[in-house]
Amino acid sequence: MDQLRRLMLKGGGASGVLAVALAAGLLRPTRVFAGDWNKVAFESKAMADALKSIGAAGAAESAEILIKAPDIAENGAVVPIEVTSRIAGAESLALLAEKNPFPLMAYIDLTNGGEAYINTRFKMGQTSVIKVVVKAGGKSYIASREIKVTIGGCGG
Amino acid sequence: MAEPMKIRTKLVDGSAQIVVLMIHPMETGQRKDPRTGQAYPAHFIQNVTATVNDKPVLVAQLGPAISKNPLLGFRVKGAKAGDRLAIAWEDNKGEHARAEATIA
Repeated sequence: MDQLRRLMLKGGGASGVLAVALAAGLLRPTRVFAGDWNKVAFESKAMADALKSIGAAGAAESAEILIKAPDIAENGAVVPIEVTSRIAGAESLALLAEKNPFPLMAYIDLTNGGEAYINTRFKMGQTSVIKVVVKAGGKSYIASREIKVTIGGCGG
Repeated sequence: MAEPMKIRTKLVDGSAQIVVLMIHPMETGQRKDPRTGQAYPAHFIQNVTATVNDKPVLVAQLGPAISKNPLLGFRVKGAKAGDRLAIAWEDNKGEHARAEATIA
């Protein structure tokens, strides 16, 4: 690690340094995130744009995606959601909330036995339709569900 | 340095059920300071990677809409007792954390 620090200091901190460090094999690949945070998709303000940016523009409605969430969320800052997909060979899951400032909330790739199931908690400012996109075998599937909010989660 | 994560694992029907709780403010960038009217800058986890025996099983990209102190529950088929689970996250300011657990 000391060696790495030296390198960083010498290089003056630029992306070039990272390349050098990588070339020198000092950073294990597991530590470097593939650099992929889909900025375009996460900063899309409209549901349609967000769906397009994750390659799910023409997703087919599916009854095989189960969304477990409260019908009425008392606190919009912490809305529990549990998603299970019964579509065979699911490769990724995406969670979106139509009325949020940025609809895309999470995009999750599943490999090596990672099942098409996710349990998390999210924020929503107002009553909105929640959409879940599942990709499997090169196709996209989508399911929706409305959640009502009594207290928003994005207020000041 | 980031606070530790909480990891819980349970084996059910040949799958590992894993729940991870990360400690993070998940500031959206939308919330305003009531006194100054200035928005608090966004500060949220962007990437989470889970590996079992060094093989990635879940690679998540998160937006600021995920709640404070994010909870992530997922399942890994075929994982066995004794398998090594590692969770790592990185936020939009480049802060990161990593934790390991043994599946039991």
